[in-house]
Amino acid sequence: MKLPIYLDYAATTPVDPRVAEEMMKCLTMDGTFGNPASRSHRYGWQAEELIDIARNNIAELVNADPREIVFTSGATESNNLAIKGAANFYSKKGKHIITAQTEHKAVLDTCRELERQGFEVTYLNVLPNGLVDLNVLEAAMRDDTVLVSIMHVNNEIGVIQDIAKIGELCRARKIVFHVDAAQSAGKTPIDLRELKVDLMSFSAHKIYGPKGIGALYVSRKPRIRLEAQMHGGGHERGFRSGTLPVHQIVGMGEAFRIAKEDMAKDTKHIEALRARLWEGVKHIEETYINGDMEHRVPGIFNVSFNFVEGESLIMALKDMAVSSGSACTSASLEPSYVLRALGLTDELAHSSIRFSIGRFTTEEEIDHVIGQVNNSIDKLREMSPLWEMFKDGVDLSTIEWEAH
Amino acid sequence: MAYSEKVIDHYENPRNVGSFDKNDPTIATGMVGAPACGDVMKLQLKINESGIIEDAKFKTYGCGSAIASSSLVTEWVKGKSIEEAQKLSNTLIAEELALPPVKIHCSILAEDAIKAAIEDYKSKK
Ligand SMILES: Cc1ncc(COP(=O)(O)O)c(C=O)c1O
Repeated sequence: MKLPIYLDYAATTPVDPRVAEEMMKCLTMDGTFGNPASRSHRYGWQAEELIDIARNNIAELVNADPREIVFTSGATESNNLAIKGAANFYSKKGKHIITAQTEHKAVLDTCRELERQGFEVTYLNVLPNGLVDLNVLEAAMRDDTVLVSIMHVNNEIGVIQDIAKIGELCRARKIVFHVDAAQSAGKTPIDLRELKVDLMSFSAHKIYGPKGIGALYVSRKPRIRLEAQMHGGGHERGFRSGTLPVHQIVGMGEAFRIAKEDMAKDTKHIEALRARLWEGVKHIEETYINGDMEHRVPGIFNVSFNFVEGESLIMALKDMAVSSGSACTSASLEPSYVLRALGLTDELAHSSIRFSIGRFTTEEEIDHVIGQVNNSIDKLREMSPLWEMFKDGVDLSTIEWEAH
Repeated sequence: MAYSEKVIDHYENPRNVGSFDKNDPTIATGMVGAPACGDVMKLQLKINESGIIEDAKFKTYGCGSAIASSSLVTEWVKGKSIEEAQKLSNTLIAEELALPPVKIHCSILAEDAIKAAIEDYKSKK
């Protein structure tokens, strides 16, 4: 067993060996290293062919037309291109955008930037289970709303938003609908022929592809227009200039092809490990799962162990690589904004750990994790004044803390 | 983030974890911090008639550096007079544990805990 055990698949995944093998064929003199934009020789044609295959594989996973796939450097860039590009193009129609408080920073910070440029943004509250309340969304829609951006699967808590219904609401009002699908592609089925989604962001490195490559789906029917954010040689039909990184795109294509082939198998495997992990820790007093229990992907499992601070817990869980909702290292001392948006108390938000499980996680690893979690919680609670007060029957919300 | 060896040592083998009866007249209790900030420290001192700290215990909810800072403080104050204990500054704690700048607040909290406990001692007299 390799230590520390990698349980941070939502942050990034290792490249699948099958993907790495394909990528290596696109780098050296013996391989397909050409510039796909070179029209005058075979090096370029061969590279272009590989790009076409990759584009097809990506389109097939989400049931889109390959001509609707625009390559970018990752989901961050896709989100920027989609949100800024659509907002700017449609700004004559209106300058109001709707998103949710639990979105990834790549969406939130892009919206903040648009606010500086004169747009108005509504950041929707979510329900305590992390889902967007469709009535609240509908009520926020106005005549001047041009764009709604709601993520598919949340990166911290794993809940799945109802993008089918949200799409209906947007389409009925001719509002452009963007979905950040960085955490959902390959994890839960996506059918872009059925869904009324206009723009969708993808990333390769969340599904066993390489970092630094992603894509934006731009719907052709209805035809969605964007203002380009990167100008140059007019690549990707003018949406995103820059020489296509063949090895990266081949890697992404192969990762998406494998994801389509293995999704059912991966899901079953991860589902079983998640259940095993929960069986092993659920008896621990004051332990809570964050996010809706039904609408979720199995790979992201966010748990709060009340009265134990997340960073110290991560330190105790030294045989595993996990992430915490507590951000004691940042200057703000603020816990995760996603957990705060669910309405968690300060203690619970600071006490959360995100276990994210993936294709290469094993039962043996999960069993080791269960043992270490149990021991660590016992040790840290023994040390926790909050736990002591809780056990003495003190209601922590009645105490006046002197914040520093 | 990488922790210093001393922080890891205190974190893995914390000294003097526990509680005294806070109603005991010889026990002074200081509780500082807030759950909202992700750290709460409780420091208790057992102070004898001549004003010497005979024993100390702590409980801390917080990151590894917060736990290490409070553990270290319990070691340092033992055998000291109140006046001496009062002089323990956060810079000494931060230096001893080699805390990085983002963790300085942990040492400040430990200093505050000593002050709060001494405050409690004075108010009990
Ligand atoms: C939901 C979500 N959106 C966007 C991103 C950013 O993706 P990338 O690293 O490909 O830019 C991530 C990953 O960090 C994510 O989880």
